[in-house]
Amino acid sequence: MSRQIRRLSFVFALLMVAVLVNITLIQVVNAGDYRDRPGNQRILLAEYDRERGPILVGNDPVARSVETGGTLKFLRTYSNPRLYAPVTGFYSLIYGATGLERTENRILNGRADIFAVDRIQQLVSGRQPVGGAVTTTIDAAAQRAAYLGLRGKKGAVVAIEPATGRILASVQSPSFDPNKLSSHDPAEIREYYNRLESDPDKPLLNRPVVALNPPGSTFKLVTAAAALASGRFNPNSVIPGPRTYRLPLSDKELRNWNRQQCGPGGQVTLRDALAISCNTAFAWLGNELGADAIREQAQAFGFDTSFEIPLRAATSRFPENPDAPQTAMSAIGQFDVRATALQMAMVTAAVGNSGRTMRPYLIQEVRGPDLSILQTTEPEVFADAMRPSEALALTEMMVNTVENGTGTNVRIPDVRVAGKTGTAQTGNDRPTVAWFVAFAPAAAPQVAVAVLVEDAGLEEVSGNGLGAPIAKDVIEAVLQRR
Amino acid sequence: MSVVEEFDGFADPVDKPKKKPNRRWVEFFLLIMAWGIGLLGTVQIGWVTGEGMTERLWITAGVVGGLALLMHIAVRIWASYADPIMLPVATLLTMLGLLMIYRIDVAASRRAALSDAPPPTPDVYSQLTWYAIGTILFIAVLALLPDHRRLARYTYTFGLAGLVLLVLPLAPVIGTTVNGATLWVRIGDLSFQPAEAAKIFLTIFFAGYLVAKRDSLAVVRTKFLGIDLPRPKDLGPLVIAWLVSLAVLVFERDLGTSLLFFGLFVCMLYIATQRRSWIILGGLLFFVGAFAAYYNFAHVRSRVTVWLDPWAYSDTGGYQIVQSIFGLANGGVLGAGLGQGFPNLVPFAKTDFIVSALGEEIGITGLFALVLLYAILIERGLRIAVAARDSFGQLLAAGLSVVLGIQVFVIIGGVTGLIPLTGLTTPFLSYGGSSLVANWVIVAILLRISDRARRPDPIAPSPDDALTQVVKRV
Repeated sequence: MSRQIRRLSFVFALLMVAVLVNITLIQVVNAGDYRDRPGNQRILLAEYDRERGPILVGNDPVARSVETGGTLKFLRTYSNPRLYAPVTGFYSLIYGATGLERTENRILNGRADIFAVDRIQQLVSGRQPVGGAVTTTIDAAAQRAAYLGLRGKKGAVVAIEPATGRILASVQSPSFDPNKLSSHDPAEIREYYNRLESDPDKPLLNRPVVALNPPGSTFKLVTAAAALASGRFNPNSVIPGPRTYRLPLSDKELRNWNRQQCGPGGQVTLRDALAISCNTAFAWLGNELGADAIREQAQAFGFDTSFEIPLRAATSRFPENPDAPQTAMSAIGQFDVRATALQMAMVTAAVGNSGRTMRPYLIQEVRGPDLSILQTTEPEVFADAMRPSEALALTEMMVNTVENGTGTNVRIPDVRVAGKTGTAQTGNDRPTVAWFVAFAPAAAPQVAVAVLVEDAGLEEVSGNGLGAPIAKDVIEAVLQRR
Repeated sequence: MSVVEEFDGFADPVDKPKKKPNRRWVEFFLLIMAWGIGLLGTVQIGWVTGEGMTERLWITAGVVGGLALLMHIAVRIWASYADPIMLPVATLLTMLGLLMIYRIDVAASRRAALSDAPPPTPDVYSQLTWYAIGTILFIAVLALLPDHRRLARYTYTFGLAGLVLLVLPLAPVIGTTVNGATLWVRIGDLSFQPAEAAKIFLTIFFAGYLVAKRDSLAVVRTKFLGIDLPRPKDLGPLVIAWLVSLAVLVFERDLGTSLLFFGLFVCMLYIATQRRSWIILGGLLFFVGAFAAYYNFAHVRSRVTVWLDPWAYSDTGGYQIVQSIFGLANGGVLGAGLGQGFPNLVPFAKTDFIVSALGEEIGITGLFALVLLYAILIERGLRIAVAARDSFGQLLAAGLSVVLGIQVFVIIGGVTGLIPLTGLTTPFLSYGGSSLVANWVIVAILLRISDRARRPDPIAPSPDDALTQVVKRV
């Protein structure tokens, strides 16, 4: 009988192994799949059950969890919800999360790997895991200045610290109230979300980093940089700037915004062409340089690259195979050139930063629940887009644009500001967008800013009229704070 | 063969009169460790949930430790050579059960507090009472039953009693149906599951009966496809066991108990006769019964369809199993931590699904340990069977271990979706007095057999002779 008993114990051993294998399949192999299944309330309940870490601007929590005493223990609340919505995003029972709430979820909920040590401590102590804090690079004063400037308009502002790539401001208008999407009332959430979705002004769109628009004349900075890089031109080079420019291989004629010729006899220096935003001169320049040279220059500024800041920014584009007339149009930021506000801020910042493009980033540091710093973002060079001497030359051209050209509204007493206006048509008979990019102080810039205003007038002055005052406010906010 | 010499090395050659180590201190220290684990778990739950260590909890911890100590002392007095591992393992499992029931009590009172409902009565203290009753019966078995072979005298009495207990829930007035299964007997405020006692009684009956009849049952009449077939007239007992199991399934609607008894009988028949053919015949009958049940009974059919694809029925019949899997998946490798899961999202978390509730909070790490504890318990039981000096003891110990083994496999396999879900209790863990008490009696009997097997000076003469006489007398 002993032999039979032994055989039986072997069978039971096999059955136990089968049970263990099955448990492994559930708890380890397929666990992730099961967690995401519809009908699994656990993850959500767990998320609402623990204190989610705050998102900080400076030392000020702009998104934080407050205890409710209800079934869902914590409520996500946003101070200055509309001001910081493009940064924080929302955190919704029904619609998931966006913005930093989404990209930094594992840090905010305390499940990221960097908390492994804390987790072991929590395991031993049995405390509820508490999320980490995310400190943004946002400069509260700059953010507020940009937000107030955009009030009542439709558009976006991005400000960058040129030397590092830190994003100092990221603002959109219209904005939305993430509190109403992060509440515990499903009916309210649905109603508000549907309202936002059906709004033609698309308040849920993260305009600063996702909206792509033709950059218009602000793209002339890229063309000018390519011209300087070619070695064939310097700011004093005289180039043709007639009243109209007949596009090669076509009978279409390009005019200047003011329907004038750009200089006496239709000749203009590169410096003055930029200052008065001479379309014909830059279209001519585009064909002289060729699409490849301009594209290469654009790419060194960040075009054709997808940035995660860590929000995923839309990829700004320079057309792939433009023919000659398309190249001419691309050189002045029209045709199929598309850029985000973030991208134009990067171009501007790179010029100010001796030609060096920095990778933009929105997160300064990650802190543990005990506020100890766990991670600090180090500035990272993306590319050396220009030689320092050329960057200096272009900076002087941009200062000249502000002092003697189209960008007069950004002038600040005692501060040399470098800037460039832009206006672009998004299509035939479609509304135009007005741009203004600037950095200051010109010699050692602390901030570079790109302002995008949608549905602007057609005139080149609209960049100066609508965008420049906002850029000025943002620059002053940054300079005064330091 | 000489079983004693094969035993696990504790046994010295009989001619050496040296005092044999009985490992009681090993048992003592393992018990302290088990108690320590239980206490730490309680403190953790108290801390995490913010309930704190109330005076009542400290008293509970003290009582639990006291009960374990009482059992240990009883073993020292009446079964000093018994296996030292089983008692600590069973104690640890009982403590884990109490711990989890307390944990779910806390969750339930939390939920009630949120909806301003009156707090539900905690179940942990009634489970503790049952543990005390189990302790009393455990001690009673050791004290009043100096030799397990005495049980063989009452083989048919136990058989009859077991059968009556099995069908008792069908009796009018006292029989009670809970959640579709007619498993309960209610007398006044007291309710119990007679099947829990029946499993012990019937195991004793099977052991006594098979020891007496095994020679004839082992006779080979014909060979078929290389399998030794028993004589047709010997098929009677197997067929009867099968029919009784089917009756339980049909009338009491209890898939688990039905499976348990039939599986137990086939396993014991195989051990007693040493003929594989019984397993094959048993398996065939099982499949015939299973198919017949599947096609004739909706409750069996729904169990199977839900098992095949629980996700398709996640709002209806598959709800429990899906919630159980969600809980386990949430536990992952290390678990949510005691007091930090959502055990109350799984239905029947204190009874059928206590393993899922535990798995969510202690993770796969904890569940592996838990399954290993059961494996150790069953393996020690089967070892005792191998070591027993008499055939009755061997069969009884093997049968009781098989009872534990089948239950563990069927319930853990069921709540994890490995096999169709059936309503067996999880030994020692599940909330439920009958089951806890019955399992403690099983441990007591196993320890008794183990003590007899390892005692250096066998008091009785050749056990088989004694047994034959006993059986004849019956």
